[in-house]
Amino acid sequence: MLGKVLMKGNEALAEAALIAGCRHYFAYPITPQNEIPVYMARRMAELGGTFIQAESELAAISMVMGASAGGVRTMTSSSSPGMALKQEGISYLAGAELPCVLVNVMRGGPGLGGIAGSQGDYFQATRGGGNGDYRTIVLAPGNAQELADFTVDAFDLADEYRIPVLILVDGYLGQMSEPLTLPKPNGKKFEKSWAVRGSEGKSKNIIASLRLVPDSALEVHNLHLQDKYEKITEEVRHVDEYRCEDAEWLIVAYGAAARVARKAVDSLRTGGTRVGLFRPLSLWPFPDRELNEFAKEVEKVLTVEMSLGQLIEDVKLSVNGEAEVDFYGRAGGAVPTLDDIIGRIYSYEHQDHTHVQAS
Amino acid sequence: MTEEIVIAGFGGQGVLLAGKLLCVAAMRRGLQVSHIPSYGAEMRGGTANCSVVISTEDIPSPVIECPSVVIALNGPSLVKFLPRIRLGGMLIWNRSLIAIAPSRSDLFSFPLDATDISLANGTERAANMVAIGALLRLKPNLVSMKSIEAALDEVISSRNRKYNSLNLRILSVGYEMAEKIVANK
Repeated sequence: MLGKVLMKGNEALAEAALIAGCRHYFAYPITPQNEIPVYMARRMAELGGTFIQAESELAAISMVMGASAGGVRTMTSSSSPGMALKQEGISYLAGAELPCVLVNVMRGGPGLGGIAGSQGDYFQATRGGGNGDYRTIVLAPGNAQELADFTVDAFDLADEYRIPVLILVDGYLGQMSEPLTLPKPNGKKFEKSWAVRGSEGKSKNIIASLRLVPDSALEVHNLHLQDKYEKITEEVRHVDEYRCEDAEWLIVAYGAAARVARKAVDSLRTGGTRVGLFRPLSLWPFPDRELNEFAKEVEKVLTVEMSLGQLIEDVKLSVNGEAEVDFYGRAGGAVPTLDDIIGRIYSYEHQDHTHVQAS
Repeated sequence: MTEEIVIAGFGGQGVLLAGKLLCVAAMRRGLQVSHIPSYGAEMRGGTANCSVVISTEDIPSPVIECPSVVIALNGPSLVKFLPRIRLGGMLIWNRSLIAIAPSRSDLFSFPLDATDISLANGTERAANMVAIGALLRLKPNLVSMKSIEAALDEVISSRNRKYNSLNLRILSVGYEMAEKIVANK
């Protein structure tokens, strides 16, 4: 633990964005992500970057669009209801193929909901709340270290594929302090010949999401986007497989819920129960083939989430009938408990035994 | 070893700082730590609290249902957290501000005149240090006085570092108070 720092998740993420070279950050305040704008306000001033507390969420995402079009690394952050307000801009960014990093530190919903952590925006994040056929890469860190590391990755992925990358965090991860080692700048450079930086002596770059002429322009553009999404689906598949090798039961969870699930796996393994944790680190693309392979080997899959039936849709699509899929979720700021997860897996074993006795 | 510690008091009594001190000190010892502040719709004059988990193992959730240790620096905090302390757990409570002794007998209860001790040392704001000092004695395997001393240098902003020696002095008074309580039990 020497050389580590104790940082709040939100602050670790903010510092990592600076390490990744982000110097343009725009946001509107909302709990439980407020440490990010507070941190950025102070550090951007020190670094000569740009921090703007926008007049609204829509204004903030529009500023991101402008900064990204200018070719710089840019980010905005918010929490659930604020993220809902940004969806128009996210669709425009996706349509215009502008790279940026978005952060959603989720709180309970629907509506204004509450301020405690939740995973209720899984659909919003992975299906997209904006209009049109678009995707954003969605990364799901599970601790302060990953919050920092994934943020650096997010900027690289955004630039590499010219796509908005969303870091999906819950309020507990954002608010809790943990030890971490801050990442080092990786020095990756991305050529942005498409950026709008003044056209004197060069041909004009035009960035737009409106495509009317010729008639086929929009379909051609959509097909191009689909090709890109296909490529990302092949190349970006992040997953953490924990004690899955010989598992009879498999738990699928991400973020804060996965931390409790991981502990449950350790406890159950100590008692001789063969259980593993499949933790997707990218929620789009979802590591479906990888999960499907494990599903073929297990009796049952338990989805654990801090929402009421969202992650489970991707789990079922991935498992595709290879195993039974069960569900345990909490909502509105509640965290899944260790006892509940352990109890659920025990009940599978117990059912199994009674079945054997009955026959 | 896992300790789940809730530190609670009025806003301004330094409960978040006390939690952070424990975390940094434990982290430097190579232990796993997590710290999360309460952020409910707290009112001015109401309770502020933080949850600290210190463990030899990975920490699943920073949220504590049934704490093994509660430090209650004022009455409302005691009312809120007393029922949640686990059987055989530990309660350190600030007798200076809490008139009625806690009603549970199934836990280890340690009254401290934390605010009075702080005042006697020239500040009313170091009741948190008295409590942390006592905790160091009552949970000797958690963190050492030396690591807390180093943590003070790390956690306290340079603007307030001039109070570190005072904080340390008050911390050791808390330690000695706990020593007396332990000796008399």
